[in-house]
Amino acid sequence: MSVNIKARLRTTALAFVTTALPPLVTLVVVTLLIEGYVRLRHVPEYLVPAPSAVAKQLLQNPSRGELLASAFTTGKAALAGFALAAALGVTLAITLSTARWIERAFYPYAVFFQTVPIIAIAPLLTIWFGDGFRAVAISAFIVSVFPVIANTLTGILSVDPALRDMFRLYRASWWSTLIKLRVPWALPNIFTGLRIAAGLAVIGAVVGEFVAGTSSEETSGLGILVLRSNKQGNTAQVFAAVIMASALGLLLFGAVNLASWLLLRRWHASASSR
Amino acid sequence: MPSSTETHSAPHPSTSSLGVPVRVSDVTRLFPGPVLTVDRVNLSVPAGQFVSFLGPSGCGKSTLLRLIASLDRPTSGSVEIDRTAVASTQAKSSHIASSEIDSRTSPIAFVFQDAHLLPWRSVLRNVALPLELSGLDKTARLQAALDALNEVGLSDAADRYPAQLSGGMRMRVSLARALVTRPRLLLLDEPFAALDELTRQRLDEKLYQLWQAHGMTVLFVTHSISEALYLSQRVVVFSPRPARIVADRTIDLPIERPVSLRTEPSFAAQARLLHEDLVRGGAA
Repeated sequence: MSVNIKARLRTTALAFVTTALPPLVTLVVVTLLIEGYVRLRHVPEYLVPAPSAVAKQLLQNPSRGELLASAFTTGKAALAGFALAAALGVTLAITLSTARWIERAFYPYAVFFQTVPIIAIAPLLTIWFGDGFRAVAISAFIVSVFPVIANTLTGILSVDPALRDMFRLYRASWWSTLIKLRVPWALPNIFTGLRIAAGLAVIGAVVGEFVAGTSSEETSGLGILVLRSNKQGNTAQVFAAVIMASALGLLLFGAVNLASWLLLRRWHASASSR
Repeated sequence: MPSSTETHSAPHPSTSSLGVPVRVSDVTRLFPGPVLTVDRVNLSVPAGQFVSFLGPSGCGKSTLLRLIASLDRPTSGSVEIDRTAVASTQAKSSHIASSEIDSRTSPIAFVFQDAHLLPWRSVLRNVALPLELSGLDKTARLQAALDALNEVGLSDAADRYPAQLSGGMRMRVSLARALVTRPRLLLLDEPFAALDELTRQRLDEKLYQLWQAHGMTVLFVTHSISEALYLSQRVVVFSPRPARIVADRTIDLPIERPVSLRTEPSFAAQARLLHEDLVRGGAA
């Protein structure tokens, strides 16, 4: 038994070395290279800040507090947009899947919707929703809804025909077929859509803030912070804000992954094989 | 009727009236193309009979089975299932509260070529699904599901998930799910075709016992001569597509069918007849 445990520990350690170590090494090496280059060649900080300067922005007050507050504002809007995209995206996909003609009538517009550059319509959002949270959240929603629709639709349309027959044979209602067969069947696809949407929602929120963010000190988001720091020549803070934004995206992505693992680990290969 | 050696005390399954009679009249199915898959099939199956549809793969016998289940509609002709046929004799070896379940469920059950279980449900909840869909309350349906699992010898796997089971076990779960509604007509579409020979024989034996216990009408699609022969009271042989009836044989084998029956000379002799029917029908 103990040999077994030892062997398992060894494989876990090996897995860590082979999967986590390479990217960490890359990170450290690249950071050190930039740091060395910037110091040796005396590159001005407004052009390329040394990684240590960026780290100082992230870790020391007052910039740290400002970054956290901005990240909170952006995170709230991104989360709201993401939640709306998840709820509406799944609902829309279910509606599209109910009949061929509905899909034909509306799906092209869902695609069209996705190709609209958010930066071009963001000014409209401020007209319709005013500056601030609502417009920013809507921007996050618009950017992230399509992958949810597309993936959910794929999942629902790929339900095993034999199971559909079986539900028909037992005269299952439309509603029980939906919640007992079609939605659970599509769950892995829904989560694929949500994973993509998680990253996009943060992008949508930051871009939305560029146009529709409020600039009052305590409630401005990362988008506004980027613009302001850029104008002030505080490039280190721009980098720090960018890092915060991707951290937000990763956080949301991680939350989706966790939910997916909790729901699917029992039965789906994508979750149980890890 | 078959069986010259019917000496034991158990009632002959075909005299039990839990099963329903099925009448297929002049059924034709034309798929767009046009592809003629089933061509003017006439068939009358008395209540409680075990009938195999034997034919080459892809000949249209599965289509015929779907038509009988009304999962598909014939281009012409009709299928009648006499649901009013009364179930006077209760099946014996089951503790399922059959009257309660019967009144709520469809009298037809269908077993597909693969198990087709819901991977996110435990074995028990998979088996309970048909009763859940017809609105039976939770305690009753879980009890019935447990009984059905018991019948296929899988009650200790109730809490496991389909992914944790072998192919043969999954198929037994699928069988339990079909039995849980106490169907009066059981349709099976090459259910054990994907399993290894030994597992398959064991499941054939299980199915035969279940039929003896319950007396429902069984229509069993297969392309295996020995499987059809081992299980059936009657074998209907089909030609390659479009499915036409080539032969309709009553099987003369004892009602008690041990696994060793497959090696008896009488078994081989009848297998040979069915083989000749298949060849005559045009199967290579």
